[in-house]
Amino acid sequence: MTPAERFRSVWRDPAGYGRSVKQETGRSILGFFCSYAPVELIYAAGILPLRLFGTRGEISLADTHLQSYCCSLVRGGLEDALKGNLDFLDGAVFPHTCDSIQRLSDIWRLNAGFAHHFDAVLPVKLNTQSARQYMIDVLSGFCRELETAFGKQIRDADINAAICAYNQIRKQLKAVYALRSQKPGLFEPSAVHWIMTAAMVMEPAAFLRDITAFLDQIGSSAGDAPQTGRKRLMLAGGICTHPDVYDLLARAGADVVWDDLCTGARYFEGTIAEDAKDPLAAVADRYLSRSVCPAKHADITARGRHLVDAAREQGVDGVVFLQLKFCDPHAFDYPYLKQFLDSAQIPSLLIEIEDQPPPGEQLLTRLETFVDML
Amino acid sequence: MADNQKKHDPAKKAPKIQAVSRMKEIMTNYYIDAKTAREQGKKVAWITSGGPVEPLIAMDVIPVYPENHGAMIGASKMGAQLCEKAEEMGYSRDLCSYARADIADSVEKTGPIGGLPEPDMLVCCNNICGTVLKWYETAARYFNVPLFILDTPFVHREFSDSARKYVLSQIYEYIGFLETHCGTKMDYDRMEEVGRLSVEGTGLWQAVLDTCAHRPAPMTAFDAFFHLALIVTLRGTQTAVDYYRQLHDELNQRIANGVSMVPDEKYRLLWDNLPVWYKTRWLSEKFAAHDAALVADTYTSAWSGMLPDMNGQTFLEAMAETYTKVYINISIDMMFDIVANMIEKYHVDGMVMHSNRSCKPYSLGQYDLRQMIMDRLGVPTLIIEADMVDERAFSESQIDTRIDAFMETLKS
Ligand code: SF4
Ligand code: SF4
Ligand code: SF4
Repeated sequence: MTPAERFRSVWRDPAGYGRSVKQETGRSILGFFCSYAPVELIYAAGILPLRLFGTRGEISLADTHLQSYCCSLVRGGLEDALKGNLDFLDGAVFPHTCDSIQRLSDIWRLNAGFAHHFDAVLPVKLNTQSARQYMIDVLSGFCRELETAFGKQIRDADINAAICAYNQIRKQLKAVYALRSQKPGLFEPSAVHWIMTAAMVMEPAAFLRDITAFLDQIGSSAGDAPQTGRKRLMLAGGICTHPDVYDLLARAGADVVWDDLCTGARYFEGTIAEDAKDPLAAVADRYLSRSVCPAKHADITARGRHLVDAAREQGVDGVVFLQLKFCDPHAFDYPYLKQFLDSAQIPSLLIEIEDQPPPGEQLLTRLETFVDML
Repeated sequence: MADNQKKHDPAKKAPKIQAVSRMKEIMTNYYIDAKTAREQGKKVAWITSGGPVEPLIAMDVIPVYPENHGAMIGASKMGAQLCEKAEEMGYSRDLCSYARADIADSVEKTGPIGGLPEPDMLVCCNNICGTVLKWYETAARYFNVPLFILDTPFVHREFSDSARKYVLSQIYEYIGFLETHCGTKMDYDRMEEVGRLSVEGTGLWQAVLDTCAHRPAPMTAFDAFFHLALIVTLRGTQTAVDYYRQLHDELNQRIANGVSMVPDEKYRLLWDNLPVWYKTRWLSEKFAAHDAALVADTYTSAWSGMLPDMNGQTFLEAMAETYTKVYINISIDMMFDIVANMIEKYHVDGMVMHSNRSCKPYSLGQYDLRQMIMDRLGVPTLIIEADMVDERAFSESQIDTRIDAFMETLKS
């Protein structure tokens, strides 16, 4: 398999990947739903952190536990767990974010039947000294819990090594994004989405090898790639997970060149200080300085400014908001983010996604109209 | 209507609770006071219903509760209209209807009291949900006023020492915030006095709710929904203490005179989640027609659950734990323990759960809670799908049928 093929196959079946790692290496694997899960610490404990995206199939078992007015990530995640699709996991870690994930953690703990369950009740406020101290305390408590559960001591050196590995990954992903922004024509429409998914699922060392090879290869052909002359779009809304909308956008005549998504640019934003005396504080500091998730609180206009800056920096013609139905934190921010874009005269379009994006043809027409107008 | 369900007989109605008129008077004065704060040279703070109001009272700041405002909007049946307005402003229909209605009314000022008095500052405690965080951020941008967040970590299994430290340091940051924006120093003696009144008022509120342990109950949860307003808005004042003492006396008198709210009380039910504000009368008559009294609820008792364990601590110290461990900031299994206690204490025969699409932290998890209640306690449970303010989410005929069916199983 070429690296590109592997990324795609991991994207298509993340659970299949997890299962094969389990079968081949017997390694412990912990699932997580959110980019506030401290993957560096999990990895430092010798465990593979594997991001969960929720099923793309029918929901049936989860309906006994969750009302219909709950986002599809939470419902789909529970469905996967109850169906046994995640039988390769040793457990999951739930960092505190939104009200729905918070309740999912309880329901999961009471029903999913995994050996281990972790709640990392991180602060919601990210802009004070006491919140920073509390975050460090929570991270440290999480390490102790991991040690007890898996019988392995986590030394500072382990954490520092994990930090370096993830920093490298972030650096490569950033390079991928920069290259796509320069030469969108080099990539298949969904290629970067597959890469991002793989980055959050694959064994870090293996992913790093693959992404480095991928960059070497694609970078060497970059010189010949023609400019596409198509409109440049940015995706926003930052939903925790999203379906593959890239093909539709391509058909509508636009290239996605950047995003403000948790499963996108927000994932590699910010590096962690390496070889810090207090590696936990270093991990915490990245979370505190990274652009804020709407389920957290820092500067109340930071996200708006960040969005406008990124849109300008990447020279995009317009922004497409993806909003997952029933996602409160993101839905609350939408009107103000749109207002910021409006004042900067950057056109935007909102697409609401239930379990799946709206029917292809109908959405395509909306996207085409939007792209034509740019 | 089922055959053995009686027609509502107005002549058989229980005497009204006298204290109601005093309550209306207090609330009217309170809103006049808040609306004229500027003329009196006082500051107004908006605060969440589960937020620590005591420091505001001690600093002479008038607390205003957007959630209480949301409830008024719901009770005046203006919910759908204001929610629609918010949707036009770009707020998704799936967001909490308190937030939607209040955000729209901040702009429109067409609600029951023509908009809340504008805030000088905002105090948001996230012990009830993440929604208030987003709502208050919106308000902070709109009114351009300072915002203080009291972050109370969710209690999945325990209230950890680091969480305790974190909340306590924020309580002092909160006081610092008030001192900065009021330009005066906190008087800590006054603070403890307000704390004492808060504990006293909360204790009396619990005593008021406890009168319903008596069979038949002198009032129902529908009355509690109404009388709740003071323990939310005026906790920590002498007014609240005096009022609840008066109400408590009256309820005891009703017990002594054998007066019950549901004339032929036979079935005792526990209500879960927020009231359906625009349908309280309808629901109350519906259950009464089945001789069923809602003798307790998890919502109004959330405030008596705030009774701190003083343990030799100062009020401010005790506050950290009390405010963090409120009913909806704890896990489903911890909620079950509380509900199980209430079922026993109030001699409950069945439970009615309002699955409230506005309130995810309260409603998600209800299915599991219900299963535990049925499996472990054998108490039958009915789920009603609705919304507390947005009447578009209420299907009267469907709920009517479901209540009838549920009551039939209880009777059999
Ligand atoms: S958007 Fe927020 S809640 Fe969602 S994955 Fe990202 S950080 Fe987590
Ligand atoms: S932040 Fe939104 S999308 Fe993510 S889990 Fe919560 S409700 Fe779902
Ligand atoms: S109803 Fe629920 S979501 Fe809305 S403000 Fe109250 S606790 Fe929060």
